[in-house]
Amino acid sequence: MPEIPKEKLLWIYETMVKIREHEERVAELFAQGKIPGFVHLYVGEEAVATGVMAHLRKEDFITSTHRGHGHFIAKGGNIKASMAELFGKATGICKGKGGSMHIADLDVGELGANGIVGGGIPHAVGAALGIKLNGLDNVAVAFFGDGASNQQNFHEAINLAAIWKLPVVFVCENNLYQISLSYSKQQTIKSVAERAAAYGIPGVSVDGQDVFAVYEVAKEAIERARNGEGPTLIEAKTYRFRGHFEGDPQVYRSKEEVEWWKENKDPIVLFEKTILEKGLLTKEELDAIREKVKKEIEEAIKFAEESPWPKPEEVLEDVFSTPTKGVLVWQW
Amino acid sequence: MAMVREITFAEALNEALDYEMSKDPKVVVMGEDVGQYGGIFGVTKGLLEKYGEERVRDTPIAESGFIGTGVGAAASGLLRPVVELMFIDFLGVAYDQIYNQAAKIRYMFGGKAKIPIVIRTVSGAGASAAAQHSQSLHALFVHVPGLKVVYPSTPYDAKGLLISSIEDDDPVIFIEHKMLYGVKGPVPGEPYSIPLGEADVKKEGKDVTVVATALMVHRALEVAKKLEEEGISVEVIDPRTLVPLDEETILNSIKKTGKLVVVDEAYPRCSFATDIAALAVNKAFDRLKAPVKLVTAPATPVPFSPALEKEWIPSTEKIEKAIREIL
Repeated sequence: MPEIPKEKLLWIYETMVKIREHEERVAELFAQGKIPGFVHLYVGEEAVATGVMAHLRKEDFITSTHRGHGHFIAKGGNIKASMAELFGKATGICKGKGGSMHIADLDVGELGANGIVGGGIPHAVGAALGIKLNGLDNVAVAFFGDGASNQQNFHEAINLAAIWKLPVVFVCENNLYQISLSYSKQQTIKSVAERAAAYGIPGVSVDGQDVFAVYEVAKEAIERARNGEGPTLIEAKTYRFRGHFEGDPQVYRSKEEVEWWKENKDPIVLFEKTILEKGLLTKEELDAIREKVKKEIEEAIKFAEESPWPKPEEVLEDVFSTPTKGVLVWQW
Repeated sequence: MAMVREITFAEALNEALDYEMSKDPKVVVMGEDVGQYGGIFGVTKGLLEKYGEERVRDTPIAESGFIGTGVGAAASGLLRPVVELMFIDFLGVAYDQIYNQAAKIRYMFGGKAKIPIVIRTVSGAGASAAAQHSQSLHALFVHVPGLKVVYPSTPYDAKGLLISSIEDDDPVIFIEHKMLYGVKGPVPGEPYSIPLGEADVKKEGKDVTVVATALMVHRALEVAKKLEEEGISVEVIDPRTLVPLDEETILNSIKKTGKLVVVDEAYPRCSFATDIAALAVNKAFDRLKAPVKLVTAPATPVPFSPALEKEWIPSTEKIEKAIREIL
């Protein structure tokens, strides 16, 4: 494993368990009918967002997906406000106008989850263009899934970033299923990273359940981007422990397959094992983090539950930014 | 008095771009053939030489990718992109980035994002460019909340409205009718802005109101001039911006004349024309003295042959006929 300062190890553990705890509690709240709409949970994929975000600053940008809670948490998004958003409350980070699929926190460079598969990839390229033209040394990271790597936006955006040598990293979370269709039935190549060759940029595939491996690969890609050497495509092979969405009957994969991944490739268990074996952190330190995280999530839930609903008149607000003459928000 | 300088519609747009780029380093221009080539209609001519490759960026033919890049650049707060969609017909390969992304980001994020992007695009029939290079699809943008839609008819309006559009913090679809690029008109050399949401009464009149956009404004004025000789007084209103809409100017005119003809070079249903007709019925019904007449293209693709295309585009004859029917 790479040399990682203790502070960072603590952060990695805290972030992964925070995502896990958040998602498992959201699953319960959704089942209880307290969270409306669709939720797509990140359980099992925690090492990807965490290993990448370990290298990002607040001023760096990310774009996320419909399975975006993990990215949001790892980027340092405001969890109280996002939990309230999941509930559809007025105190939500999007004032109850976005919900799970549109959570964003511009204050920490989180340019938003996206309900359209692949829709956010060019936005990261745009942020990277802004970074370059403003002479900054920040980076942008686009997260997306294996399904998105078949979309036009994946190909068009990566090509643009490559020809313009922009400071952006493309992170494909290949969780082996685009909803129900398995990876081997969507693509003939062994790794999405092979597609990097088509754009003349480095492509690397990594075990997305191994946070240390992700950390190492992301470090190099992000450094390359910061140094003006252009984009990298990373494929993190990962697995979602829950359905595509909450309520997914999962007829496309066996229970045995899911159990195998949970038993052998749980990124949090793997981290704990390594870290305790090497004596880098103690069991007490890990337990203390778990307690702290549980408390934080419960506080966020309490805040969300106690928050008021948005007022009906708010439906008409926040469409436009610059006021004008004439009718902007039409109503008969 | 000094003669007012006359320049073309394309040159007026070029002056607006040049002014905004000189004023604000965040303004960048992107699109197919906008650099060395100067844009296929010459609108971005000279900008590459003046502002360099970093700010005037030729793109691959990848409309979704580069419009999406513009949206992300705008959302990041680091740039104010002016992106060119070469023909409005190409919207189909990039629409998601416009209607699901640019238009909705601010609302979905609870008003926390600004998306200061201008998407310039070219519409209109009359060049025998056939069904995939001649459409007028402004209604598709007007339909979706979150987009401002500008559709000017004169070089003067084009310059002032493009300056306002680039300075606006919302996504603006700026539509340029291809048959207007060569049209000349008086345009001051200095920069000026025309506020979005202000219609322009192109000709005052008292007998009938004609609301028209872009090229159709010119045709409506031609008809108005002819009818004036017979003592028929036609008021011609150009809304200039379809979103926001200057409802007040249009309704005041309808209340004055009691008669409305809408001329719209576009497909007839769920259109700008039906929208204005609905407005009149909804908010000025008691003042209408005749049925509202709509002069639009038929519900067919745009044909290629000049003989057919001429029939497709609303003509001065059709406009005149519609006016006479309700006099």
